[in-house]
Amino acid sequence: MTKSTLHTPGRLDERPWPATVLLYALLLLCTVITLLPFAWMLSSSFKPTVEIFSGTAQLIPANPILDNYINAVTRQPVARAIFNSILVAGIETFAVVVTSVFTAYPFARLRFPGRDILFMLILGTMMIPSQVTMIPTFILMKWFGWIDSYQGLIVPRIMAPLGIFLMRQFLQSLPKELEEAARIDGCSRLTTLTHVLLPLTGPAVATLAIFTFTASWNEFFWPLLVVQSTEMWTIQLLIAQLKAAEVTDWGMVMAIVSLSVLPTVLIYVVLQRYFVKGIAMSGLKG
Amino acid sequence: MTNPMAGRSIHWWNEETRFAWAALTPALLFFATFVGFPFGYSFYLSFHDWNMMVPTPTWVGLENYTALMADAEFTKSLVQTALFTIGITACIVVFSLAMALLLDQKLRWIKLYRTIFYLPAVTSLVAIGIVWVWMFDPQHGLINQGLRGIGVEGPLWLADTRIALLSLILTAAWRNVGYFATIFLAGLQGIDNTYYEAARIDGAGAWDRFRRITLPLLKPTFVFVVVMSVILSFQVFALVYVMTSGGPAGSTSVLVFYLYQQAFTYFRMGYASAVGYVLFLIIFVLTLLQFKAFGKTVEA
Repeated sequence: MTKSTLHTPGRLDERPWPATVLLYALLLLCTVITLLPFAWMLSSSFKPTVEIFSGTAQLIPANPILDNYINAVTRQPVARAIFNSILVAGIETFAVVVTSVFTAYPFARLRFPGRDILFMLILGTMMIPSQVTMIPTFILMKWFGWIDSYQGLIVPRIMAPLGIFLMRQFLQSLPKELEEAARIDGCSRLTTLTHVLLPLTGPAVATLAIFTFTASWNEFFWPLLVVQSTEMWTIQLLIAQLKAAEVTDWGMVMAIVSLSVLPTVLIYVVLQRYFVKGIAMSGLKG
Repeated sequence: MTNPMAGRSIHWWNEETRFAWAALTPALLFFATFVGFPFGYSFYLSFHDWNMMVPTPTWVGLENYTALMADAEFTKSLVQTALFTIGITACIVVFSLAMALLLDQKLRWIKLYRTIFYLPAVTSLVAIGIVWVWMFDPQHGLINQGLRGIGVEGPLWLADTRIALLSLILTAAWRNVGYFATIFLAGLQGIDNTYYEAARIDGAGAWDRFRRITLPLLKPTFVFVVVMSVILSFQVFALVYVMTSGGPAGSTSVLVFYLYQQAFTYFRMGYASAVGYVLFLIIFVLTLLQFKAFGKTVEA
């Protein structure tokens, strides 16, 4: 098999055809392995119970039905859980973007005593596994009276060191002249930030927003601790609860799981260029 | 960090400094409250006994830590976490790199394949955990039904103490191989093509080019991937919670699951905090060791 890189011109000609066949076969194999669990999930969600337990693994349901989805919505608090997840992830995303921009700006553009030490301290918090701080944070929520509330779910998540880091990198890459011109024209620092710099941060904000929303939507550990009543369940808690209660109606369970996966998959498929950018930013410059 | 503005003197209390501190105050309050305080308080708690029912924790000195050393269940969860971490990291280094090399080829629809392979990484561990519980179902799951189709009776997977942890590793690998392949791919595409051209002119074969150019130049990416994989795997929780609850017979109880049980099932807050600190120390030391071991030629 020839190893060569994408950037080499005329490489297609030099690869012997059996190698090409092998490469496509490997791609196909990886695709099947990647997509099979998704296919199994969707297929089960459209199958009647008799078909699920029939003892034959049919990937295409013989008699596709919507009953599982109807059962999911009528028998389980799916609508409420999805509402909670959207609310929490939405507010968290908005908050992280705003706080990241405002916190990153002084680090990116201003000179003041203690700047570099403060920045290292904030980045350093990423070294602490969240499980270590989880118990005292839970106790804090008790003191605040925020157990089982939206504040409890959201407030400990409204800032992110990685977001501050990404926004600082991005703000530093913008030309300084823009700001200087605005400052000479008499704009305050705040106006300069909100009216001159902010409109230019579109791509970075989109990347940060998408990552934060996806992470928040998928978050499990913190909601598990802070939520107690069924009304406050996020969609992830609802799914975990179905498993814990040993619900064996796999058709309905897979319907709920399909619904829970849909938003992040859609966001990814539509906005994937921002994902790629985010991986490059967080992975290689970090 | 470089200071591009060296030369101009920093003023201790001018308008610029005041604005900076004003803008940073919310962040400082936030991190002090939700990271600084909890980090310190859990250290304090690890020397105390507290069930949250009585108002104040009782000082017990090093008792929690000495009890941990003698706790067979803790040791077991530590070993199982290490096995999980080694297994998943080995999978990722081999399969993610192979997948990245494949995705780096000039082939038709290669962008579509890149999109597909990353897809599992955007799903939640809870959701894919439960999908894989259903995949692994010994009677009606896809895997054993498929095996039956070719005349093999599959194992009990998550219900078998000997292979439950392996089943978790397979699930985690399915979710993360594509993610790390994307990172490897970014590393591969960052390698300057002139190296390959020069090697080709010198008559180096494909294997030589891979071994002498690709691997050495990919080292920073390697370090990043291994460190990230170790950190993430050591903190595995959601998969275990959803797929096995630590069972069967404790065969998949990992460190964070053990911590969770001690804190929120038995309300041993001090003991659980000690477990948390051991976790922090392990991750800290492993990260330093890896940077030392691999980091000699890595810039930054």
